[in-house]
Amino acid sequence: MDGHAGHGPDPTTLLVLLVAVPAVVGYLVAVRGEAGRRSWPPGRTACWLAGVAAVVAGTTGPLAAAAHTDFRAHAVAHVLVGMLGPLLLVLGAPVTLALRALPVAGARRLSGVLRSRPLRLLTEPAVAVVLDLGGLWLLYRTPLLGWTHTAPAVHLAVHLHLVLAGYLLAAVLVGRDPLPHRRSHRHRAVALVVALAAHGILAKTLWAEPPAAVDAATAQAGAVVMYYAGDVVEVAMAVLLCRRWFAGPGARPRVRAAALPTG
Amino acid sequence: MTGYPDRHPSPPEEPPRAPNARPRPGPALSTAAHGPARSSRDRRTGTPPARASWWSGVLVGVGVAAFVDETVFHQLLHWHHFYDRSTPEAGLVSDGVFHAVGWFAVVAGLFWFAALRRRAELVTARWVGGLLVGTGAFQLYDGTVQHKLLGLHQIRYDVALLPYDLTWNLVAVALLVAGVLVARRDRRPAPAGPGS
Repeated sequence: MDGHAGHGPDPTTLLVLLVAVPAVVGYLVAVRGEAGRRSWPPGRTACWLAGVAAVVAGTTGPLAAAAHTDFRAHAVAHVLVGMLGPLLLVLGAPVTLALRALPVAGARRLSGVLRSRPLRLLTEPAVAVVLDLGGLWLLYRTPLLGWTHTAPAVHLAVHLHLVLAGYLLAAVLVGRDPLPHRRSHRHRAVALVVALAAHGILAKTLWAEPPAAVDAATAQAGAVVMYYAGDVVEVAMAVLLCRRWFAGPGARPRVRAAALPTG
Repeated sequence: MTGYPDRHPSPPEEPPRAPNARPRPGPALSTAAHGPARSSRDRRTGTPPARASWWSGVLVGVGVAAFVDETVFHQLLHWHHFYDRSTPEAGLVSDGVFHAVGWFAVVAGLFWFAALRRRAELVTARWVGGLLVGTGAFQLYDGTVQHKLLGLHQIRYDVALLPYDLTWNLVAVALLVAGVLVARRDRRPAPAGPGS
């Protein structure tokens, strides 16, 4: 995180910050704008900031540098960028915030996008699972991982895919944001189990057969990190999913009826 | 398959605008603040309390068995390997799926348990019976199908396996039998009174 000096940080860091800084600033500005009207739950802001921090920590700085040479660091970065970060971002409910903060025309456009056909296909749980887990299998079971260390563009594309696919999966399965065509809880529960099973199986095969150019001991340590981090994230997502599934008559959404605008 | 408003639906969050095109039957925006997950609750309250208690227990039992297997035998005793490479793919997939199912089952089962308690519908004997049967069933599946049939890791390495296999599966059967016996102690008349 040094200044924008002539030689400056490497292009990846710059690009990450180019996305991360507006993400934080924009979110905070929108929350401030809400302050006069309805309060925005601070927990959501905290989740959003933590999510951005997790993604930044996994893609820049010492951890990212170590990840190029050490598969254990790579596994930690992978968990931050592909699982924990996106889940926290989803819990920040950015779409809900945007719908509130945008002027009516913009909000209408956004809700039009939410209801569009492509997004309907994209937010199908099966599609989200294949995009996220399929991407991982490709990364670790093809020469792709090696290319990320030699070609910065590939490296960037892979990280982008990790974040986006992770976000998509978390949003579809446990998101708080409005999502037309959301599948039933039962459907999403099955998708969650399939996704995490695929993740666990991939971690175990990495333990047995290291990806190209990774020595066995390091690969095993990294695979164990991946495997158990996957469990932690699964339990968190299961809790988020079941909390609403089994919500009783006493449970109410955070929006009070009194706060509803009419019309 | 229809979506339903399981979370605070979008209307209260949005400025007035185009009609919300949520493709579901039933009331539109005006009832936005009714309780969440109404349709699933309706479906669930359709389950008699005794049966709901039973299945909630089974879910937690499966999760507990998976958890004990993982922590005690993999991590504390190091009897099983993390993955011993000799496992064919079918065993690996089965193990992966059941590992994921176990975690989800325990969370879902506990939430269900809490919901039943909140509605004073928990039938304790059924729940405990389900817990034991779920634990036993998972252990029996693990000990027969996964260990033997699919050739997943063994219970232990470099020892005579037979006593271990026998003990493992006999314990599982004992749990199953105990669970059925406990569940049958619920001898209440059909219209379910207050549970617990």
